[in-house]
Amino acid sequence: MVKYADVEAGGELPPASYPVARLNLVKYCGASGDFNVIHWNERIARAVGLPDVIAHGMFTMAQAARYVTDWAGDPGAMTEFGVRFSAPVVVPDDDGFVSIEVTGTIEEKLDDNRVAVALTARSGGAKVLTRSRAVVRLP
Amino acid sequence: MAVSKDYAGRTFPATEPYEVSRVKIAEFADAIGDPNPVYRDRDAATAAGYPDVIAPPTFPIVVTMAASGQAIADPGLGINYALVVHGEQRFSYARPLRAGDVVTAQSTIETIKTLGRNVVMTTRTEVRTVAGEQVCTAYSTLVERGTAGEAE
Repeated sequence: MVKYADVEAGGELPPASYPVARLNLVKYCGASGDFNVIHWNERIARAVGLPDVIAHGMFTMAQAARYVTDWAGDPGAMTEFGVRFSAPVVVPDDDGFVSIEVTGTIEEKLDDNRVAVALTARSGGAKVLTRSRAVVRLP
Repeated sequence: MAVSKDYAGRTFPATEPYEVSRVKIAEFADAIGDPNPVYRDRDAATAAGYPDVIAPPTFPIVVTMAASGQAIADPGLGINYALVVHGEQRFSYARPLRAGDVVTAQSTIETIKTLGRNVVMTTRTEVRTVAGEQVCTAYSTLVERGTAGEAE
């Protein structure tokens, strides 16, 4: 488990990559209750001007959350978490998957053993999360 | 159809009480592909200092979307959901949601703005236990693409 005393502002978290395929989006529709057609129907996704079916923004945000909680060690230690969805994660209907690549940097050390982590996520060559920041309390 | 800016500042009724269950938390953790045992195994959660399994940080969206969905679905607001994309999302946590919590969510539309041809709406949703304990606050920015200027 990472300790507050061991981190410094500017330090980088190890990058991680998370796969996403259509099945993940179908499962996420059911688990979250968000059945917006753009997450499972390419005919309608294209009709409304999207390149293809896109992942729920909240699915991508969940990957970024996991990135931070895996690093911090305690998923309940997060006190703030915000993201900006800057581009969609496009998920084609094929037998493979697309990757969401997440990187993080220690932005600042705060009082009360809290640490702010600046996050970026990329997929298909585009930045899909920007201005993203999590605050976690470390032991 | 144009979005009604009269809805800015409006607070919607709190949702019916929602009981957070272990099964739903595990289903959500599976859907996001996160294998962390504190989302599934009560012993792992208690070893980590929690009274029961906890929910992933983005789980509150299950509750808050039901509340903000009330606002989005209000025919008077005039949103076309197929044109809506999620612009920004932020959570502020007092503690993680956990199995056994019975919570309500209450949404307020904070702002409705036109940005080019897009309509940008921000909402704040408070998640509280039925006993009145504040658990988290969710802030959402939703963008309806390309409809501004229609039928006005």
